[in-house]
Amino acid sequence: MEDRTILLQAIGLGKVFTLHNQGGIRLPVFNALDLTLRAGDCMALVGPSGAGKSSLIRCLYGNYLPQQGRILVRHRGETVDIAAVHPKRIVDLRRETIGFVSQFLRAIPRVSALDVVAEPLRARGVEPEPARDAAAAILARLNIPRRLWNLAPATFSGGEQQRVNIARSFVADFPILLLDEPTASLDPDNRQIVVDLIAEARDRGVGIVGIFHDVDVRRAVATGEVRMAVQRDAA
Amino acid sequence: MTETGEQTLLEVRDLGKQYGNVVGCAGVSFDLWPGEVLGVVGESGSGKSTLLRCLSAQIAPDSGSVNYRLRDEGMCDVHALSEARQRMLMRTDWGIVHQNPRDGLRFGISAGANVGERLIAVGARHYGNIRADVTDWLQRVEMDEARMDHLPGTFSGGMQQRLQIARNLVTQPRLVFMDEPTSGLDVSVQARLLDLIRTLVSTLHIACIVVTHDLGVVRLLTHRLMVMRGGRVVEQGLTDQVLDDPQHPYSQLLVSSILPV
Amino acid sequence: MTGKTIAGYNFAYLDEQTKRMIRRAILKAVAIPGHQIPFGSREMPLPYGWGTGGIQVTASIIGADDTLKVIDQGADDTTNAVSIRSFFSKTAGVKTTESTTEATIIQTRHRIPETPLTEGQILVYQVPIPEPLRWLEPREVETRKMHALSEYGPMHVQLYEQIAAYGRIAATYDYPVMVHGRYLMRPSPIPKFDNPKMDRNPALQLFGAGREKRIYAVPPYTTVKSLDFEDHPFSVESWEHCCGLCGSGTSYLDEIVTDDQGGRMFVCSDTDFCNQRQAQGFRGPLNSEAAE
Repeated sequence: MEDRTILLQAIGLGKVFTLHNQGGIRLPVFNALDLTLRAGDCMALVGPSGAGKSSLIRCLYGNYLPQQGRILVRHRGETVDIAAVHPKRIVDLRRETIGFVSQFLRAIPRVSALDVVAEPLRARGVEPEPARDAAAAILARLNIPRRLWNLAPATFSGGEQQRVNIARSFVADFPILLLDEPTASLDPDNRQIVVDLIAEARDRGVGIVGIFHDVDVRRAVATGEVRMAVQRDAA
Repeated sequence: MTETGEQTLLEVRDLGKQYGNVVGCAGVSFDLWPGEVLGVVGESGSGKSTLLRCLSAQIAPDSGSVNYRLRDEGMCDVHALSEARQRMLMRTDWGIVHQNPRDGLRFGISAGANVGERLIAVGARHYGNIRADVTDWLQRVEMDEARMDHLPGTFSGGMQQRLQIARNLVTQPRLVFMDEPTSGLDVSVQARLLDLIRTLVSTLHIACIVVTHDLGVVRLLTHRLMVMRGGRVVEQGLTDQVLDDPQHPYSQLLVSSILPV
Repeated sequence: MTGKTIAGYNFAYLDEQTKRMIRRAILKAVAIPGHQIPFGSREMPLPYGWGTGGIQVTASIIGADDTLKVIDQGADDTTNAVSIRSFFSKTAGVKTTESTTEATIIQTRHRIPETPLTEGQILVYQVPIPEPLRWLEPREVETRKMHALSEYGPMHVQLYEQIAAYGRIAATYDYPVMVHGRYLMRPSPIPKFDNPKMDRNPALQLFGAGREKRIYAVPPYTTVKSLDFEDHPFSVESWEHCCGLCGSGTSYLDEIVTDDQGGRMFVCSDTDFCNQRQAQGFRGPLNSEAAE
């Protein structure tokens, strides 16, 4: 019997940017948005550029603040509303429950790729050596050459940086993963490896919300879609 | 205990300090948990330094309270403690890293003595052991232990800051206040110092309040952020949220003012 | 046996109210061993730096029946010792002596007599700088706080620095001590050799600093412990020689240059102690020709 628990639920979510220093202009992003994510789901956010797909993902991670609605997440057996909870709780959520692959790697400078990838395990209290071993395993799977492991990723190619980014979120087990264009800078071989990783996680019961511009990738991993449209400008 | 289920380390309620008619800080409230790094940003005159001095018991506030969870006694109002207990607290469970090393070090005694002093103050009386502990800490802050008998004035600014950090951490404090810890240092020196601070804070599970005007420092070091202006906190939240999706007009102004590199 | 005293001066020079004020300070000092008590230091007929504090303490406690001994660096016959003894002789008419065992009050500059003291004797020290933390912390407000809160870390740090620089604690006189386990005290510039004599001494020890206007005390049988580290314990000076005159191998020796070809001799600093031993028949290497 598959586990079909609801892991994440967005209810009536709305986001508006207000640029106070530019005359108070309001830029609506999305409105009255609902999304239900169950274990084993991979929901693809679909829509044209500017439709708010990245913004939605960032709201789900607590990186952006929604103006309306709730984001309910299962965390430690309880339900937590990311849009309303104390920021300290979100720090805990990010450590244990929600992983995020952003579109661009923003890594702490001067930290080796191995340690960047090991960091989520270290944050959970895993000892340095086992954490690095796990990091090494996933970097190897993602075809990052061993000679790069002890270098800081700032000088890597776009594709290499993205794979380090992905490795970071797949090295530890997260019940929920948020992926923003995970395969954008990758060549076909590496793209396939990432697709396999995503599919395996999904089949393991991880709930995934992702933005996949590549139709083939989307077809390979998604179990459902959320269509988003560009908002008309408001006053 | 709060909704997160973990015990808070510091609870600040409605803290305020006036200088005559001028508001130093007003209405500041927040909680801090063990191992958390909280950033306080603002421009000159924002009240962040006044806030830090009220929090670290260097000055007394006019209103509100600063409550700290002592190791064996639970929450207590820091400003209601006797001077003796405050001084003891500052020497053991707390640390303060000042902007200017001259405020945080004793320049008349050697680097090693600066680090060993807090150990001696809490009763260490074995010269060999003190020296071994000092050596260990100098190594941890990446200083040359062969120079432990040199005076602080013979070290560079970046090294003096490392020495300040070692001096504070040697008694394993649970809360460290940092006031612009890297201001005035060369950029590469700043970077390495921030790396050191970040590593030590996370390895030793130290809670930290970092006051700075540099948004790059908070992005690197802090989990949560408070933005201050005119003595008040205008926005607070996760560091990445305040920097990526600032809500308050002043926060938006600050973030958009950073010079691109 | 009292001699004639100078006309026009009160007994022991100071007026009675001043003596009462000083005795009140002494009582407070005795009640809080090692703690510095301020007092209204008076104009004395000799400048600051010449023992005015010690003289005021002696003047306040001395009575017609007392026997006074005065030593300076252990000797009864140096200029200062002679002058001060003469001062009390003229103003109080008290009996004076060079014998440690006969004295009831001993005023001393920078030495403790070798002969052990007994109950009922009072040792009065002349003190230049009473505050042990003075060179570490110039602010009086701060040193008072440090004493109040027992925050003596910086003194240990200074000893640490000496070990780091010289391999051992380098202080050899005015060596800081903890009195009754509570107050850090400066014993006055006695050699560290004398520090152990202060510990649980049956006599009352009083300390007077005239210029700095402080009095402090160590009551009889009070613990006095010299600061040290567990792995660098307190130790006293030793000599390869013994006293050239009396042969003592246990007293503090002065090194006296005798000619300009490098000739020197080592002699007990405590003149009374040395004389007593010689009177008992002990002889040192320089004295053996005179042996009976």
